[in-house]
Amino acid sequence: MSDVPEDLHFTASHEWVRVNEDGSIVVGITDHAQEALGDLVYVETPEEGNHYSAGDACAVVESTKAASDIYCPISGVISEINDALVDAPELINEQPYGDGWIMSIQPDNADDVEELMDAEAYEDSLQE
Amino acid sequence: MSQPAKVTSLIERHRAAGARTVDFGGWEMPVHYGSQIEEHHAVRGDAGMFDVSHMTVVDLAGERVRDFLRYLLANDVAKLKERGRALYSCMLNQRGGVIDDLIVYFLGDTFYRVVVNAATRDKDLAWIERHSKSFGVTVNERADLSMIAVQGPNARAKVAGLYSAGHSEAMLALKPFSAAAVGDDFVARTGYTGEDGFEIIIDHERAPILWDQLLAAGVAPCGLGARDTLRLEAGMHLYGQDMDEDTLPLVCGLAWTVAFEPAERDFIGRSVLEKARDAGVTTRLAALVLEDRGVLRAHQDVIVDGKVAGKVTSGTFSPTLKRSIGLAQVPADLGERCEVEIRGRHIAASVHAPPFVRHGQIKVALS
Repeated sequence: MSDVPEDLHFTASHEWVRVNEDGSIVVGITDHAQEALGDLVYVETPEEGNHYSAGDACAVVESTKAASDIYCPISGVISEINDALVDAPELINEQPYGDGWIMSIQPDNADDVEELMDAEAYEDSLQE
Repeated sequence: MSQPAKVTSLIERHRAAGARTVDFGGWEMPVHYGSQIEEHHAVRGDAGMFDVSHMTVVDLAGERVRDFLRYLLANDVAKLKERGRALYSCMLNQRGGVIDDLIVYFLGDTFYRVVVNAATRDKDLAWIERHSKSFGVTVNERADLSMIAVQGPNARAKVAGLYSAGHSEAMLALKPFSAAAVGDDFVARTGYTGEDGFEIIIDHERAPILWDQLLAAGVAPCGLGARDTLRLEAGMHLYGQDMDEDTLPLVCGLAWTVAFEPAERDFIGRSVLEKARDAGVTTRLAALVLEDRGVLRAHQDVIVDGKVAGKVTSGTFSPTLKRSIGLAQVPADLGERCEVEIRGRHIAASVHAPPFVRHGQIKVALS
């Protein structure tokens, strides 16, 4: 059973979103996703300052099994990326919701987050 | 509707240890028990164990069994002079293509044991049985047996420590690529990791007991994920990826397993191989190390001077080298560098002769 924290939002492509007080969001991949991928060996992060629309492929995580695109959950500008992942991609496996965060985004519209799944809806989707 | 996957005698052990499983050749097998990279390091540095019970053990008996195998296999079992000695060989079709790669053990003048791959079981057995008839050899698939491979610098000591003094001594006296009956167990000093170790064939009831003893002795359970990264670092072939029925052993780095001498020995596929050898072989198997971030994978194009010149047959991320490695079929005259097309980009790779790692030591020069 994978871990699905209550306070986060989720996408169908297994990204999680945490909303900060200042309206920016933090993005990573879920416990379900990291488990499916296996040990990660490389992470290609996006450039700070780049704008992506919701659904754009903006990062790549790679394991021995496969390379997997990470999709931008809501439209916005990349405000920060997790440099630690360059030398320690396994942080995503070990702490997918903590130190394994991938990027921060400044959303174009703060309300867009409401379009995403809540924890219960994401958990239900995993059962299908 | 497809058939449910078969399970080995150790399935409950795998589930209890939290294994993530996958269907491999019709068998539900563990891919890893948490981290395949950690399992890989356990084998390189200490001892790890693999449930390889899905592999096919076939006992061959009869007055003419030696003649039969000298016809069936591209390598020559006449090289095996001492009881217990083993040989790695390809089994070829009439076109010289590889039906499977296998290990054959000389156990007696009228008795040999062969271990073939799991995924190729049906076609291998059909082929062996068909050709055995004219030699009057009996073919006995040992579906009553399980197999555990224990590999790593401390593997043999940890295994031997579980047996009585006499058995322990006999086991430790085994030379590489040799096997012996040890009590009811069949112990072979063979493996698929590039480390020393044993492959132990036991009956189904004994397997979980031995597994538990090995666990208590500090041997780490390892899955198919680590098995693949280990064998690739060791430059060992995976049937179905590095070669298949359309591949001559001469073009994929297995020429060393073909015994053309003595010239009087006819074997299936010989004439095709001789023609190819005499015409000159134009491709070889190279060991590639990717010079930049990325992962080599089967089917990627090898690029030389901007043109497609070959193909990656196996690729992965090497935990020991900490970069991506792969085997590739390339032009025989390829130099020290090439590129590989990965997701639309050409990434530089250095070219080496396998293996990448042996007995825990890196064997390729890295920049």
